[in-house]
Amino acid sequence: MTRWILWLLGGVLLGGIVHLTTVLWLPRTATQDAYSRLLAITPANAVTTLPDPSPDKVILPYMDPAFATAICRYDLASGPLQLSLNVSQAYTSVSFYTRFGTAYYAINDRAAGRRVIQLDLMTVQQRSEMPQEEDVTAADRLIVESPTVTGIIVLKALAPEPGLMPMAREALASGRCKTQS
Amino acid sequence: MRLLFGSLFAFAVAALVGLGMTWLTLATGTAFGAVSIGAWTAWPKTGTPGIDPYARAVIARTGQLPIGIGDGVAFYAHSDDKGRRLDGRCDVDIQGVTPTARFWTLTLYDPDGRLVANSVNRQGFTSQEILRDMDGSFAIRVGPRARFGNWLPTGGVEHYTLVLRLYDTPVGVATRSGREAPMPSITAQDCR
Repeated sequence: MTRWILWLLGGVLLGGIVHLTTVLWLPRTATQDAYSRLLAITPANAVTTLPDPSPDKVILPYMDPAFATAICRYDLASGPLQLSLNVSQAYTSVSFYTRFGTAYYAINDRAAGRRVIQLDLMTVQQRSEMPQEEDVTAADRLIVESPTVTGIIVLKALAPEPGLMPMAREALASGRCKTQS
Repeated sequence: MRLLFGSLFAFAVAALVGLGMTWLTLATGTAFGAVSIGAWTAWPKTGTPGIDPYARAVIARTGQLPIGIGDGVAFYAHSDDKGRRLDGRCDVDIQGVTPTARFWTLTLYDPDGRLVANSVNRQGFTSQEILRDMDGSFAIRVGPRARFGNWLPTGGVEHYTLVLRLYDTPVGVATRSGREAPMPSITAQDCR
């Protein structure tokens, strides 16, 4: 009897390890995560406007229907990325996500402080390889470091009233993201 | 032989316990660092690089992109102030004020994060389009039948989730209580 209880305890302990391993491993095996969903409908390193979320068409769950949303799915393998976006009159934001959906940086129009949100996205390695003098001239350029080579940038513009949706879409239409090389 | 049976038994227990716990935590959406104010709960840390492994797994499974902390904070409500599950066949009142933010939006989703179809094609309100009282507070009636004022239709679905998103707000990881961030009350009314 004691023997079986010991086996049971061993099993429970091992189960804890199995649990932690699967939780940590899961993001790497997910086939329905945001990146995989966007892979099919967005080209790399270009801005794609998403259709408005509606009851019968869900691209990503829990999208805010008050916003016009555009995606730049990036791949930094060929070099750093330049992003620019004219801000709308209401509220505009740019959020950065890793390949696995971790939000690592977000900025809104007020924090950017200008009519155009402009920034350079690069990997940590590309940042360290940047020539020193270029770093100085880049003082007025915002540089964001991506933890992963691929990822997602979400560009959003708020339509405070449904009638202002065209204005929000127009602001997003100014969005550009391209690799420098 | 005993050793073989014993280890097989232990492995079976391990698989059952380990996978069962994983399934359970993902199905209930467990995450650390919750900020609960009334019926509303936010996970500001989920919008930062310091996101915990459970929230990361939930995000990978559902395919959502959490709102980044530099953008805003999302508060979720699945039940009313008394802890009863929100029912789309009943009337529910949302009353009060919201924490400081440049804009906020309130949106109704089904439990899978889809918008709910309804006759007037309204899925939520923004801070600019809502009708307010003289003191700046507001009242929203959430229910299946059309109402005067701020009516948010439920389309008669059984369960739904309300999401209040604050954009450009000081509310975040450091927020602890309702005094810093006053959230509107959620009160269930008649049910027919």
